[in-house]
Amino acid sequence: MTRETLVNIALALLLLAVPLWAYTADEPFIITLATRAAILALAGVGLNLALGTGGLVSFGHAAFFGVGGYAMGILASHAQGYVPLMEWPFTVEGTKSMPVIWLVAMLSAGLAALGIGALSLRTSGVYFIMITLAFGQMFYYFAISWPAYGGEDGLSIYVRNGFPGLNTLDPIQFFALAYALLMLALFAMGRLARAPFGLALNAARQSTERVETGGIGVYRLRLTAFAVSGVVTGLAGALFADLNRFVSPTMFSWQTSGEIMVFVILGGVGRLFGPVAGAMLFIVLEHMLGGVSEFWHIWLGAILLFVVLFARGGIVGALAGRADG
Amino acid sequence: MDSILEVRGVSKSFGALAACDAVSLDLRAGEIHALIGPNGAGKSTLIKQIAGSLAPDAGTVHLAGEDVTALDVAARARRGLARTFQVSALAMEDTALQNAMIGALGAAGAALRFWRPALADRELRGVAEAALSRVGLGDVTGMRAAALSHGQRRQLEVAIALTQVPKAYLMDEPMAGLGETGSEEMTALLGGLRSEAPILLVEHDMRAVFALADRISVLVYGRIVATGTVDEIRADPEVRRAYLGEGA
Repeated sequence: MTRETLVNIALALLLLAVPLWAYTADEPFIITLATRAAILALAGVGLNLALGTGGLVSFGHAAFFGVGGYAMGILASHAQGYVPLMEWPFTVEGTKSMPVIWLVAMLSAGLAALGIGALSLRTSGVYFIMITLAFGQMFYYFAISWPAYGGEDGLSIYVRNGFPGLNTLDPIQFFALAYALLMLALFAMGRLARAPFGLALNAARQSTERVETGGIGVYRLRLTAFAVSGVVTGLAGALFADLNRFVSPTMFSWQTSGEIMVFVILGGVGRLFGPVAGAMLFIVLEHMLGGVSEFWHIWLGAILLFVVLFARGGIVGALAGRADG
Repeated sequence: MDSILEVRGVSKSFGALAACDAVSLDLRAGEIHALIGPNGAGKSTLIKQIAGSLAPDAGTVHLAGEDVTALDVAARARRGLARTFQVSALAMEDTALQNAMIGALGAAGAALRFWRPALADRELRGVAEAALSRVGLGDVTGMRAAALSHGQRRQLEVAIALTQVPKAYLMDEPMAGLGETGSEEMTALLGGLRSEAPILLVEHDMRAVFALADRISVLVYGRIVATGTVDEIRADPEVRRAYLGEGA
């Protein structure tokens, strides 16, 4: 077992232990914080495939996070208002069922990522960053100016959506759901990284020429990665909306894209559990420093600066050493 | 003899500069065809057009009888064109084995597999390991490309090309930067390769060229000024004047 595996196991256990302790200590707020960390980590896990393995610096992942959030908001608002989504040519009702919402969120986010990726991946470097940012902002302003679903005010969902056999309003049960999905996503990403797809994607980040000359089309490879990345971040968006029982255009904002990127960079770019470590630290800082000063982002900025300058591997890199080949 | 690779009337200009001017050459089964010429003669431009990373203004490239002029690099590679670079293009953070797997995966069309670990695919891994052993990297398969010596990286480039089991090799200065022994080893390796697939070899190391080439084409200012056997080229007065120097 490598050191990184041990670090990963420790991170997974820590994220599980904190809410379990909070449950016995009757601290539901801490459970909610842990749930937030798990969901934001999931968003980062999505971005990490594009950014870390693929080297695609997407500054527009809020688009997928928001699409996931709005998929939940739209479906649930129709269900709670008993208004069908559409009646012609056939009737589509809203739903309060999490599995259905997740599926719709992932599909929509995946499609959005395919579209955005197909255009953005024709550019590279700083142009790619700018074009993904522009797409994210397009979604943001679209959400603001769409009165049917709350416009600037967003959408409130009165009761958290349901999952068969669970009481999702119970914080610890909802945490269990988010945690299980995060672990599932991490497992899948771990497989992906070692599969031919991950090997080729990772090599293309280092030398596009090498992979093309090997007979592997880099554009298709990256587009696939971008879409999968969007699917995972979209799922996180649906969960995040359910956690807050609220969706608003803020989910689409460039600050959200930036925060998801911060989880990945803080935790360790391209490291499987990097986003988990990053999101956990982010939540801890937000909670602790946020209580001290409204301007806690200054300290976050300082830490980020330190990581970028002195600890490129982020938290996981600092704990586990360089990535194993 | 069969032409595996055929370049017909390929031209490429950058502004007023004609880097390639109606270049035609062919690569036949079982041969090593060396392409020589002074710096700036257009060798790299020609190689790029054959590989597909640069579109010619005019002319066609045929691979095993098929017109591949409109195809991109990856599509040509899948049809059996392997290329090594003048400056090693490798995934430096990855191990030698992972690098070699890229060629094997590409040739097998297996890059879009998402679940089973790449290195657990015995067949493809076998191809990659055999190629590494063949170039003399059998003992360092687990080493990162960044940790390999310059000479080993050149060998790794050739190993990746081998894993593609190509119809033709395109090698851009495989001897560049190799020491004397390295050069000799590479010469022996390439010499044994031609029976499997012909090699279009761009090389400045004239000793290697004369030792390996079945035919030589001389490119000067974007034009092929002569094509022939080693002896014919050595005797050609125009080549001596343009390239080898009067005293050669």
